[in-house]
Amino acid sequence: MKKIKRDKLPNFHQAKWDEPIIFEHSVPGERGVLVPKAEKAIVAEAGDGVSQIPQVLVRKQQPGLPEMNQKAVLKHYLRLSQMTLGGNLNVEIGQGTCTMKYNPPVNDQLAENPKLAELHPLQDESTVQGILEIMYKMDLVMREVSGMDYFTFQAGGGSQSAMAMASIIRSYFEHKGEAEQRDEIITTIYSHPSDAAAPATIGYKVIKIPANEDGLPDYEAFKAAVSERTAAFIVANPEDTGIYNSHVREFTKLVHEHGGLCGYDQANANGLFGVTRAREAGFDMCFFNLHKSFGAPHGCGGPGSGSVGVRAELRPFLPRPLITYNEAEDRYFFDYDMPESLGRVRPFHGNPQVVLKAYAWTRSLGAEGLYEAAKIAVLNNNYLIRKILENDLVDLPYPQDKQLVEQARYSLAKLEEKTGLGMTEVVNRVMDFGMHMWTSHHPYYVPEPMTLEPTETPSRRDLDAYVSVLNHILEEATENPEILKTAPHNSTIHQVDESNFDDPEAWIPSWRVYQQKTGC
Amino acid sequence: MAIKGFENHPYIPNSNPTVQAEMLEFLGLKSFDDLHAEVPEEIKLQENLKLEPALSSEYELRRGINKMLNKNQSTAENLSFLGAGCWPHYVPAVCDEIAGRSEFLSGYAGEPYNDLGRFQSLFEYESLVAELVDMEVVNVPTFDWAQAAATAIRMAARINGRSKVLVYGGIDKRKLSVIKNYGRHALDFVLLKYDPKTGQMDLDDLKAKLDEDTACVYFENPAFLGFLETQGQEIADLTHSKGAELVVGVDPSSLGVLEAPRNYGADIVCGELQPLGLHMNFGGGLGGFMATMNDEKYVAEFPSRLFGMAPTVIEGEYGFGDIYYDRTSFGNLREKGKEYVGTQAAMAGIVSGVYLALMGPVGMQELGQNVIQKNLYAQKKLAELPGVKAPHFDNAVYCEFVVDFNGTGKTVAEINKHLLERDIFGGLDLSSDFPELGQSALYCFTEVHLQEDIDRLVAELRDILGK
Repeated sequence: MKKIKRDKLPNFHQAKWDEPIIFEHSVPGERGVLVPKAEKAIVAEAGDGVSQIPQVLVRKQQPGLPEMNQKAVLKHYLRLSQMTLGGNLNVEIGQGTCTMKYNPPVNDQLAENPKLAELHPLQDESTVQGILEIMYKMDLVMREVSGMDYFTFQAGGGSQSAMAMASIIRSYFEHKGEAEQRDEIITTIYSHPSDAAAPATIGYKVIKIPANEDGLPDYEAFKAAVSERTAAFIVANPEDTGIYNSHVREFTKLVHEHGGLCGYDQANANGLFGVTRAREAGFDMCFFNLHKSFGAPHGCGGPGSGSVGVRAELRPFLPRPLITYNEAEDRYFFDYDMPESLGRVRPFHGNPQVVLKAYAWTRSLGAEGLYEAAKIAVLNNNYLIRKILENDLVDLPYPQDKQLVEQARYSLAKLEEKTGLGMTEVVNRVMDFGMHMWTSHHPYYVPEPMTLEPTETPSRRDLDAYVSVLNHILEEATENPEILKTAPHNSTIHQVDESNFDDPEAWIPSWRVYQQKTGC
Repeated sequence: MAIKGFENHPYIPNSNPTVQAEMLEFLGLKSFDDLHAEVPEEIKLQENLKLEPALSSEYELRRGINKMLNKNQSTAENLSFLGAGCWPHYVPAVCDEIAGRSEFLSGYAGEPYNDLGRFQSLFEYESLVAELVDMEVVNVPTFDWAQAAATAIRMAARINGRSKVLVYGGIDKRKLSVIKNYGRHALDFVLLKYDPKTGQMDLDDLKAKLDEDTACVYFENPAFLGFLETQGQEIADLTHSKGAELVVGVDPSSLGVLEAPRNYGADIVCGELQPLGLHMNFGGGLGGFMATMNDEKYVAEFPSRLFGMAPTVIEGEYGFGDIYYDRTSFGNLREKGKEYVGTQAAMAGIVSGVYLALMGPVGMQELGQNVIQKNLYAQKKLAELPGVKAPHFDNAVYCEFVVDFNGTGKTVAEINKHLLERDIFGGLDLSSDFPELGQSALYCFTEVHLQEDIDRLVAELRDILGK
C-alpha cells in the first residue's frame, strides 16, 4: 500500500446532525418512560387522587411538552452532545481565565456511587460520615494550599464565592459597628467581572483600580482609593493578564492599615499551587474554584464549587454550618453554633459531588503532583508565549520582560491594523480546526484580546498544534481574508444573525415565542 | 531542591522529564526554580505542602475514595421519607446517560458554533419549563430554588423601585436565610401570618401589611410544609391592587396536575429543578429557575443568561445566542449589570430537559397523580396510629405533609432514632424551625415509595409508638 499523506493541520469537521428542536420530534401518544401506577390498596383508599385537590388548583390544560419514545429522546441528546466541543475532546487552551484542564472520568464515576448520589442532605449525621470526612479532608487540603484556617463549600461557583466573601465582610463590619461607614469595596479592572458585580449586588459601592503601564494595578490610584470607607480589597493575582503582582503585600498592608479586609480571588491559582499562598501575601480570606483549578468538570456552566476560606478571626461570620471533626469520638459533625454567621448562601451543603471530584483529583496528585501541575502550567504558558510571539501580528501588550504565570492576554491589534480582521474573526476560524478560542471578558481594555491559558493538561505536541493553527489563520488573514470573514465553515452551524438578540419585538427566548411570532 | 515534583503523572503530559527539560531549555531556563520569577522569594514556599500521600494509581484512588464513601448509608439501601427541598424521585437511565457525556461534562463557554449542543439543549430546557409553567421566558439555571427566589424578589423590587417584601411566614428557614442574606442591604423582609389550622396565608394580615412600598409578595405552592395554597387568585388581586408584583415558588414536578401559578396571577415564577431527573447528591443536585412572560420589563431584570434562537446565514439552520447580553455582569456594564452571573447550574437545565422530554405531558400528569395518591394513602394509614395526627394542617397536599406526634408522648428525635435503628430515615424534625408545631415532622412520599414501603413505615411506627 502507498503511504497515506496527511495534512499537517487537522482536516476537521464537527458533527452536524441538523437536529430539529425537540418539540418537532413529538408524536402524539408516544411515551419515553413510564411512571409506577398506584397499587390497588392505594387506589381503594385514595381514589384517583386528583379529584381530592381543590378544583381551583387542578391544571386545566396539559403542559405542551413533546411526546417522544425513549430512543428518540436519547438519540436527540446524544446528537446534541456530539455537537458540543467539551474540553476533554479539544486542545482547550483558548479559554483563558477558565482553567480548562483535564477532567478525569474516574472522579465522575466515583461521584456516581449511590452512597453519594442517593444521599439526602438532611439525613442523620451518623449516616453521612463518609461524605463529611471527604468534605472535611478537602477543607484540610484547602487550608494547606492557601494558609487560611477554615473553609466552607456552600458556594456553587466563583461568582457566588465572591458574593459570599462580600457577605462575610459585611457581617464582620456589622459586628464591629462599622458597616455603615465601610461601604466601599476596591477591585481592579483585570480581576474577574464578578469581583465587582457580586459585591455591588449586595450593596457595596465598587471602586475599580486601573492598570499601570506594566499591566499591574496602579498603586497611586490604589492609595488614593483606600480610606476608612474601605470595607475590603478583592483582587485576583495573577489577574486575567497572567501577570503576578510582586507588590501584592504593599497593597494588602495598606488596606489593613486603614482597617479594611483583603479578599483573594484565587480563580487564577492554577499556577501557584505549592509555590505561594494567600496567607503569606497578606490576605484575610480567599476562594478557589474546584471546577477549575482542582480538576472537577465545568458541566457546561455548573454545578461547580467555590471553596471560601478565612483566617481564624473571621470564622464566626462564615456561612453556617461548618463541618467539624471530633477527634476523641472520631466523628464528623455540622457546627451550627455560629450566632454571628452571615446565614446561608445555599440551602444545604453546596455541591458535595463536586467537592468529592476535586478531593479525588488532589489525592491522585498529592503535594508533589500539585506542585508539578503548577510548574507545568507555568512552563506550558511561557512556552506558548515564546512560540506565539514569533508571529509579528500578535503582541503581548504589557512588558514582555516579565515572566507570566499561568495565562496571557495577547492583543491582535496589529492584525486588525493590517487586515481589518481581529479577534472575532480569529475566534470563528479557530473552530474550523477543532480548537477553541473564547472572546475574553468585557470590557476590552486590551484591544482585540486573545486570552490563552494552557494549564498543565496539553502536551508539547498539543501546544505546537495550537500554534500551527493560529499561525495558519494569521496567514490566511492576509492572503484569503474572506475565509475568516465568513468563518466558521467546518463547525456545526454557520454565522448566526445576531440582530434579533437585543430587540424585544424580535428575540426568541423559547419555542412557544417562536411559534407565536412565526405562526408555525 | 527542597520541593519535589511528580514525574510522569498521567494527567500531566509534560511531567515527562525529557520533554520538560527540552521545554525549559527552549526558554533558556535551567529548572523549575527559574519559573515564577515574579513571585518574591520571601513569600515562596520552601518545602512541599503537607498533604496526605498521593493515591497515585487509579486503582488505589478508587479503593481509597470508595472506602470513605462506603461509610455512608444512603436512601438507596434505607427507606427514606425526607423531602423538604430535596426530594426522592426516580431518575430515568437516559437522564444519567446524558448527564455523564464527557462532551457536556467538560463543556463550558464555547460559541454557538462549536457548542451548538449546549446552546440548543439549554434553549430547549428553557422552552420545556416554559410549557410547564405556562410562561414564555426561563433562565439558564441558577444555583437552586433559594437563589431563584432571592433573585426573583430582587427583580420585582427593581421593576417597581420599592423595598418592602412580604414573605409567607411558613417558608423554609434555610431558604429564608439565603433570601435575606442576598437582599438584606436593600430590602425589608416582613413575614406574613398563616392560619394555624389550614396553613393558608392569612389574608387579613396580608391586607394590613400590603401598601404602596410593597415591592412583592412571595409564597410557594405547594408550601414548604407540603399543603396547597388555594387563595392564589385572591393574593394576586390584593398584591396587584397596590401595584406590587406577585412572585410564586413552585415544585415543577407537581405541574402535570396542579395549575400553573401564572393562571392565578403570578408575575414571576421560580422553583427547583432537582425533582426533574437529578440525583439528590447530598443536596448538590439542585438547580433554580425563574420564569416570566416575554415582556421587556421583566426580561431586562434577569441577571442570568437567556439563550435565544436565531437564523444563520444558511437557510434551514437553527442558530442560538444570548438575548440582551448587556443586562448581565459579563457584558460591558460589569458591576452595573443586573446582579451577577457566572458558573451556576447549567447541567441541571440540560438534564431536566431530558427528563421533561421523556415524561411528556402524560408522564407528568401520571407522576403528579401517583404522588398525590401515595400521600393520601399515607395520611390515612398514619392517622390510624394512636396519638398521631396526619396531616397536621387541614388541607390538601402534594408530595409531603406534616405528621403531628404531639399526642404520642414521644419526641420526633426519639421516634427518628428508633426508625433509624430499623433502617428507616423518618421525616424532617420540625421542632426547632417550627416550635409552634411542637413535636411534628415533615414526611415526604413520592412515586419511589411503593405501598409496601408505606406499610412498613406505618408498622414500624406502630411498634415504636406502642412501646
